[in-house]
This record gives sequence, C-alpha cells and structure tokens, in this order.
Amino acid sequence: MAKRIDISGLSAFYGNHKAIEDISMTVEPRSVTAFIGPSGCGKSTFLRTLNRMHEVTPGGRVEGKVLLDDENLYASNVDPVTVRRTVGMVFQRPNPFPTMSIFDNVAAGLRLNGSYRKSELNDVVEKSLRGANLWNEVKDRLNKPGSGLSGGQQQRLCIARAIAVEPQVLLMDEPCSALDPISTLAIEDLIGELKERFTIVIVTHNMQQAARVSDRTAFFNLAAVGKPGRLIEIDETERIFSNPSVQATEDYISGRFG
Amino acid sequence: MSHATAVQDRPTPPTGPAPRSGLSSRSLPRLAPVGFAVVSVALAIGISLAAGWHSKVQWGMIAALLFLAISYVATTVVENKRQAKDRLATSIVWVCFLIAIVPLASLLWTTVSRGAERLDGYFLTHSMAGVLGSEASGGVYHALIGTLEQVGIATVISAPLGLLTAVYLVEYGKGSLAKAVTFFVDVMTGIPSIVAGLFILSIMLIFEIQPSGLMGALALTILMVPVVVRSTEEMLKLVPNELREASLALGIPKWRTILKVVLPTAIGGITTGVMLAIARIAGETAPIILLVFGSQLINANPFEGAQSSLPFYIYEQYKIGEAASYDRAWAAALVLIAFVMILNLVARGIARWKAPKTGR
Repeated sequence: MAKRIDISGLSAFYGNHKAIEDISMTVEPRSVTAFIGPSGCGKSTFLRTLNRMHEVTPGGRVEGKVLLDDENLYASNVDPVTVRRTVGMVFQRPNPFPTMSIFDNVAAGLRLNGSYRKSELNDVVEKSLRGANLWNEVKDRLNKPGSGLSGGQQQRLCIARAIAVEPQVLLMDEPCSALDPISTLAIEDLIGELKERFTIVIVTHNMQQAARVSDRTAFFNLAAVGKPGRLIEIDETERIFSNPSVQATEDYISGRFG
Repeated sequence: MSHATAVQDRPTPPTGPAPRSGLSSRSLPRLAPVGFAVVSVALAIGISLAAGWHSKVQWGMIAALLFLAISYVATTVVENKRQAKDRLATSIVWVCFLIAIVPLASLLWTTVSRGAERLDGYFLTHSMAGVLGSEASGGVYHALIGTLEQVGIATVISAPLGLLTAVYLVEYGKGSLAKAVTFFVDVMTGIPSIVAGLFILSIMLIFEIQPSGLMGALALTILMVPVVVRSTEEMLKLVPNELREASLALGIPKWRTILKVVLPTAIGGITTGVMLAIARIAGETAPIILLVFGSQLINANPFEGAQSSLPFYIYEQYKIGEAASYDRAWAAALVLIAFVMILNLVARGIARWKAPKTGR
C-alpha cells in the first residue's frame, strides 16, 4: 500500500518565477511528515509537485526528480492522471462537489474514473466514511447535499473522498486551517489512524499540530522576499522541536521570527 | 462623554424630545416617503390643472421633481443633512425605477388588452390560407409552427456549438487562438440581424438554394452562437477553481472533470443563458423576410418551401392595414411575448432545480 517518496534536486516555477529551489528529501512510508515554515516559502507548491498538481496552475513547471518507490513521477511516459490516483490530496478549504450528495461525493473518484463494480460501491463509500470518522454522523442522510455539512464535516468528507480511491500517499495542504479546535482534533486523530495505511504529508502553520501529529518534520524558509523557498532541514519531529541542528529552525519554532 | 454611555444603558424614552448629543435623534416615520409621494403627486396635478397643462408626461415629471425636493427638504429639517442626502439618493433610485417601469408596463398592457380580443383556440389552430386581409378570421398556426421550427433548429445547432466554444475558451484556451476566438465572438455579438440574413442570402444565391425555414434558422444561428458563448463563458468562470483541482486530484481526467463536475455546477446559469439567447432570436424579423420568404399556408417542413414566423406575421398583418389585420398582429404579438415568457419561466425552473443544493 504505502509508498516511499524520494525527492532529489526539485525546483518548481511559476512562469519565470522560481518558487522553490533544489529540494531533496525522503518521505518514509506509513508515517506522517509535516512541512512547516513561514508563508510564501513554497511548502504548498512543493506539496503540489508531489502529485503533479503544480502543473495544473498556468505557467507551472517542475525540474528535478520525484521517485515513488523508484518510479519517477516526472518521467516522460508517466500520465499525471495515474499519478494523482496514486497520490491523493486534501485541500486547505473543504471543497465537496456542490451538485453531488454525500454518497456521490465519496463515490466520485471511483465513478468518474469508471473503474468500479456497482456492488462494491456501497461498501467502499461506507468504508471510506468510517475511515474518515464521519459515518455515524451522515449515515442517515447519505443522499443529502455534501455542502450542507459543517466545515469540519465537509473536510472529513473530502478526506473520505480522497481515501475512497485507495491512494498510496495522502497529501494534506493545511487541512485544519479553516476549522475549529474540535474539528481539528477529529482530523488529527484521523491522521493518526490513517498513517497505518497511507504515507501522509501534511503542510501546517500550526507548530503544535506538527508536533502532535507528525513523525518527521521538514522546515522550509526563504532567504528574502522574491527569492525561492528552500528546505532548511528535515529530521525526527522530536529533534526538530527540541534540538534542531540549524539556528533558523530554532528561531522559527521559538517564535523569534516569522 | 459620560452621559453618552448613560444613554446606552437606559432604554430610549418613547416620547419627548430626543437628546441632541446622544446616540438617538429625531427621525421621520418609516412610511414618510409614501406620504411625500402622495403629496407631490397631488401638488403636481394641482399645479398642472391651475396652469392649464394637459400633458400627462409633464404631470409625471413635475411630480417626480417635487418628490425629490420634498423628501430632501423634509429630511433636512427633521433629521439632518447626511440623512437627507441618503434619502435623496434612495428617492432618485425609486424615481428612475418607476420611469423604467412605465414603458414596459404600458407595452405589456397594450399588447395584452389588444391581443386578447383575437386570441383564442381558433386563432392558434388556423392558418391564413384563403383569408382576405379585411376578414376577421384566420390565425397564427402556420407562423407559430415556423417560429418553433426555425428557433428549434437554430438552438440545436447553436447550443452545442456555443457551449463547446465556451468550454474551450475557459478550460483549454490560452494564447493567441483563444484571444482571436474571444475577439470574433465579441464582433459577432454586434452583427445586425439583417447582415446575418444577407450573408446567408449570398450563399443561397451562389448555390441557387430556394428559401426555406432552414436558411432562416442558419441566420438565427449566427446571431445566437455569440450570445450562448458569452453567457456560458461567464457561468463557467464562476465555477470555483477548487472544484476542478479537487476533481483532478482524485485522478479524474480533465475531460471528465469538465463533463461531470464543472458543467453540472454551472448548468443552471448555462440553461438560463441559452434560453435568453432563444428569446432574443425568436423576435428577429429581418432574416425571415430575406430567407424564409413568408407564407400564408401551413408548411411543417422547415427544409423545403417558404414558411412564416411570428415576427414576420406581425409585420405582414400590420402592412395590410385593415382593422381585422391589426387585431391579428396584436394577437400574434401577444403569442410571441407569451412564448418568450414561457421559455423564461422554464429556464428559471431549470436553473432552480439544477442549482447547487445547500439544504441540510
């Protein structure tokens, strides 16, 4: 199921603007890796390069290698659609499909990929909603619109939708930034459960959150406004928060800048 | 400022003069504008009668100006300058609204009252075959058939064409080709219908094609496509990019994302746009005169032979100049307005039915 990601010499551009420069790191399977760093340092851009969503943005392009269990995502014969089926994504703002019911939202990935058997659809939807800790709240109104749920429920619906297609890796771009503490806690618990099955990468602005949920933490920074973002260091979360090897990391974590 | 806080804590006394420096102040009653309107209308009628003016337009203009003046002055005296300016702006909006409504209501009223005289089952189910212009007989059936078929064919061609063009422009188009398409769509929006008719006529003359409903429909298509493209484009732009990204991130190919996520989200607005485009072309006369030729007989085949259409029928009956033909023209105008109206209602119904649901 879960796969390892090896990134080497990765740079991403928006047109001529270099957003991130020369990033190399390894994301371990069945673990949570958190990305922290000040706004605009390219965390989200970097995350989006991991399932080729970066090139959806007009002018977006990538240099370097991303190996998913030794397979380069950016090889010329790799179809981005297949990559995105393997590497799922949850966005900052909950974005359920407004025309679809809760059931259809979760089933969307399978249905629209055309690769499913009718009989298993019900099971997959229930399994995914259970996996996202949402089943008990919505099981009686599966055919109601997904946009009628609360923000936290919507975000868990989006997680259910993402895990319904059985990806190997789950990317989360600040999944709790629009949620209240209780919904955040629900999602953090969920992340803890999901890492048994998936490789999880999470971008967060909340240092406590990174400390709570992640096994490894990567710190990004940019030299100056307009300069590309860089990876400063990546290490065990405990080490990053107690005894980081780079001074900038300690300054950021202890709130001396950023 | 200590007494200001004290005012906040106590409930405002219901009577007596309000304190000048507090948060509350004197204000006009809520229905005051209605009173101003009544007074100004009465004054306008009085002044006009006294001066011996008879034009109702003049009466209305005097009433409007009086209304603006009275509300401004009264509010300045009772409340204050800022409230008066606010009231003045509100009053101007109301007056403009009424001025805009007057011709519309008058047009509707005239059409309904004059059209209802002749509009009945007989009128809707009979053609003009063998009916003399002065006879109070005949009907609009052949023209109704013509309009339905020509507009139907034009819609069947333009809706997919316009929809796909808009999808290209919003989802795929970049660079000079998209810019060129946008430019030509803009230019096409401004084509007068007679020019579209002449364009098809020139083709008919080159290939020696006889007039038919289809030719008229082609000219209507030229008029309809840009309207559909523009409205669909705007609707597709309103679909949040997050939905496209959510779909793509599930590993759904782009074409399916557009088909299953983007278009359903925008379908309400797109339908409304198409319906409005239909309403626009349903009233076109010029291309029909040039290309469909006009006929008194029922011809249900749009691909061969002359046809009629509602706007053409109105024009034709008006030209005859008899009392009976005027009645027929008004009745046909009512049928045309009802046709467009029904389409609009259907469009609104579809838009409401298909709109993204928010209920819990």
